[in-house]
Amino acid sequence: MTDYREDFLKKLRDKVERWERETLPKSLSRYPERMERFTTLSGIEVKRIYTPLDIKDTHYLERIGLPGEYPYTRGIHATMYRGRIWTMRMFSGFGTAEDTNKRLKFLVEHGETGLSLAFDYPTLLGIDSDDPMAHGEVGVTGVAVDTLKDMEIIFDGIDLGTVTTNMTINPPAPILYSMYLAVAEKQGVPREKIGGTTQNDPLKEFIAQKSYIFPPEPAVKIAMDLVEYSVKNTPKWNPISISGYHIREAGSTAVQELAFTLADGIAYVRHLVERGHDVDSFAHRLSFFFDSHINFFEEIAKFRAARRMWAKIMKEWFGAKKERSLWLRFHTQTAGVSLTAQQPYNNIVRTAIEALAAVLGGTQSLHTNALDEPYRVPSEFAAKIALRTQQIIAYETGVADVVDPLAGSYYVEWLTNKIEEEAWRYIERIERMGGMIEAVRKGYPQKELTEASYRFQREVEEGIRKIVGVNIFTEEDEEEIRNVPLLDIDPNEVEERQIRRLREVKRSRDNTRVETTLNNLRDAARKGENIVPYILEAVKAYATEGEIMNVLKEVYGVWTEPIIY
Amino acid sequence: MTITETERIKVLVAKLGLDGHDRGAKVVARALRDSGFEVIYTGIRQTPEQVIEAAIQEDVDVIGVSILSGAHMTLMKRLMELLREYGAEDIPVFLGGTIPIPDIEPIKRMGVREVFLPGTSLKEIVEMVRQAGLERRKRRGW
Repeated sequence: MTDYREDFLKKLRDKVERWERETLPKSLSRYPERMERFTTLSGIEVKRIYTPLDIKDTHYLERIGLPGEYPYTRGIHATMYRGRIWTMRMFSGFGTAEDTNKRLKFLVEHGETGLSLAFDYPTLLGIDSDDPMAHGEVGVTGVAVDTLKDMEIIFDGIDLGTVTTNMTINPPAPILYSMYLAVAEKQGVPREKIGGTTQNDPLKEFIAQKSYIFPPEPAVKIAMDLVEYSVKNTPKWNPISISGYHIREAGSTAVQELAFTLADGIAYVRHLVERGHDVDSFAHRLSFFFDSHINFFEEIAKFRAARRMWAKIMKEWFGAKKERSLWLRFHTQTAGVSLTAQQPYNNIVRTAIEALAAVLGGTQSLHTNALDEPYRVPSEFAAKIALRTQQIIAYETGVADVVDPLAGSYYVEWLTNKIEEEAWRYIERIERMGGMIEAVRKGYPQKELTEASYRFQREVEEGIRKIVGVNIFTEEDEEEIRNVPLLDIDPNEVEERQIRRLREVKRSRDNTRVETTLNNLRDAARKGENIVPYILEAVKAYATEGEIMNVLKEVYGVWTEPIIY
Repeated sequence: MTITETERIKVLVAKLGLDGHDRGAKVVARALRDSGFEVIYTGIRQTPEQVIEAAIQEDVDVIGVSILSGAHMTLMKRLMELLREYGAEDIPVFLGGTIPIPDIEPIKRMGVREVFLPGTSLKEIVEMVRQAGLERRKRRGW
C-alpha cells in the first residue's frame, strides 16, 4: 500500500533508470564525485538523489500528518512559531552569585526570553566550596552555589513569577529545586506560578556527562522523587529534562543520541508507573534536551523522528490517553563539540547553522554556543553574538513563518524514517537487556560511545571528516586566537569570596535547626520516603549543599564506574 | 624502532579534577594502546595526589593529564609540585584540554612538556609521547 498511484511509481522508476543510464554517466565523466561514499556525521550513507520512490511506503496521514496532531512528526503545536517564537534560553553562570546575577540581567536586557543556570563543578557534584576537592574549580565553569543565600543573590531583582529558569543540575537536583522554591516563596510568588526545568536525568550521567554520584537505582529513585513532588506542587515546572545532548557531545551518533535518550525516558516512565502513578498524571511534565550538530539535515530528521517515536511509545507502550502526554517537548543546544579552538570566529557560523537546524526541527527552546567556548565560559561580547544569532533566525530569515517547512522533502522524510528505524533497533536491544538501568550497569551505552567517538576521531585524522581550521584550510592563527577577548575571571579571588560567604552563612544560621532537618532527611531516606519535602526544610534552614548530599551519600552509597576505553 | 621498545613505554592517562569530559582522554588512551604503549587510564575525578601515587606505583614513563574544567592552573601547579616532592620530576607530563592560549606558557614553565589543544591530531600526540617515553627510558639506562 502506498500513497502514490502504482502507474505513477512505475513511470518514475523507469524515469530514474533512464536518468541513471543516460544523464548521470555524462555528468559523472565530466565531474567525478568528490567521494566514493557520502555519509552523514552518524555514518548513514546518503544517495545522490531522493525521489518519491524512497518514501513511497510512508503513509502521509499516519506517519507525517499535521502539526499539533498524532504522531506529531511536524511539531507539537498547530501554529508553532507563527504563534510564539521558541524560548531563547542562554546557558549562563560563572563566578559567584553576584557575577551571575549581573550576567542574567544583561542577557534579559538584550532580549533573552528564558533563564538557564550553569553551575560550577563542585555544585554539580554536591561538594561545598570549602571542600579540598573543590579547590581551583569554584565558580570556573558555572556559578558556585553552596546555600540558599547564593540563590537569593542570583535571583535578586528577578521576578520568579514572570521568568522561567532551567537548571542544569543532576544528582543534587532536589536541592537546587528546593532553593528555587524557597527563593520564590521569599519573593511572595505562589508555587503554582513558578516555571522552569531541572535537568535531573541521572541515567545519562552514567552514559556521558559523568556527574553521577549515587548508583543507578537510587539515582533514579531520587530523580523520580523530584518528578513526583514537582508534578503535585509546582504544576508548571519540568522536573526532568531527558537529555541526549551530553550523550552526543561525548561522541555518540545522532541515532545513538536519540535511542539512548528515549530509552532513558522509558526507564523513568516505567519507574513512575511501578510506583503506582497513572501515566497521564505525570507524562505531560517530562521534557527533553537534544544536541544540534553540524550535519544539517540529519539533525532536522532526528528531531522529527524523536517526536514521532515518543508519541508512539507513550500511546502504544504505556497507554497514555491525554494528548499532552504524547508530546515530546524539547530544548536544544548547538553542538559545543563542533566548535574549534582554531580560527574561533568561524564558530559563529557553525552555531548559526546548527541553530537553524534546531528551529527547522521544531525545538521549544534554544541555547546557542558562543564563539569562545572552546576556551572558557563565554564573555559578554561572545554571549551576545550567540543570542543575536537566534534573533536573526527568528525575525529576519522567515524560517519561523511556516510550520515544518521541510516536510515532504524526499530526502528529509527518508532520513527521518531511516534514523527512526535504526533508533528502534537500539531501543529493542536495550529492552532485551532489561532496560536502560541494566544496560548502564553493564556498560553497554558507554561502550557504544567509546567506539563511536574513537571512530569519529580516526575519520578526522584520515581526512574523511573535514573540519575547517583543523584538518583543512588550516592557518597559523595564534594572532586571531589571542585577539578573542576571553572572560576575565580570577578563580582564586572567586573561591575566596565564595568561601567567605559560606562561612558567614554557617555562622549566622541556626545550627540546631540544620541538624534536625538533616536528621529528618536521613530518617526519611532510610524509610524510602519521598525525600524532597525534607530537603526543602534543610535548604530553608540554610544547610549547605554538601551537608545535604553527604546525608544522601551515607544512605544511598556512591557509584564507581567500570572503566571502558 | 621496534614494537617491543614502544611496548615497554608505560603511560598514565589521568582525568584530573572534577569534570567528567572523558571523551578526549579515552580517545587518546585508546590511540596510545593501539600504537603499542602500555596504558593505564585512571578514570575521572582524580586528585593530584592520586595521580602522582598511581604514576609512581605503576612506574610509568609518561603522564598524560586531561582537564576541561578550567581548573588547570591550580591543579597542574599542585601536580607538578607533588612530582618534585616525590622526586619524580623526570617523568614527562603532558596536558590536554580546553586551555586558553595565555595559560600555555605559564603551564609549560611549571615543567609541563607540552599542552595539546582541541584539534591536535592523535598522530602528533602519539609521536610526542613516544619520544618523551623513549628519552626517559634512555636516561634511566634501559
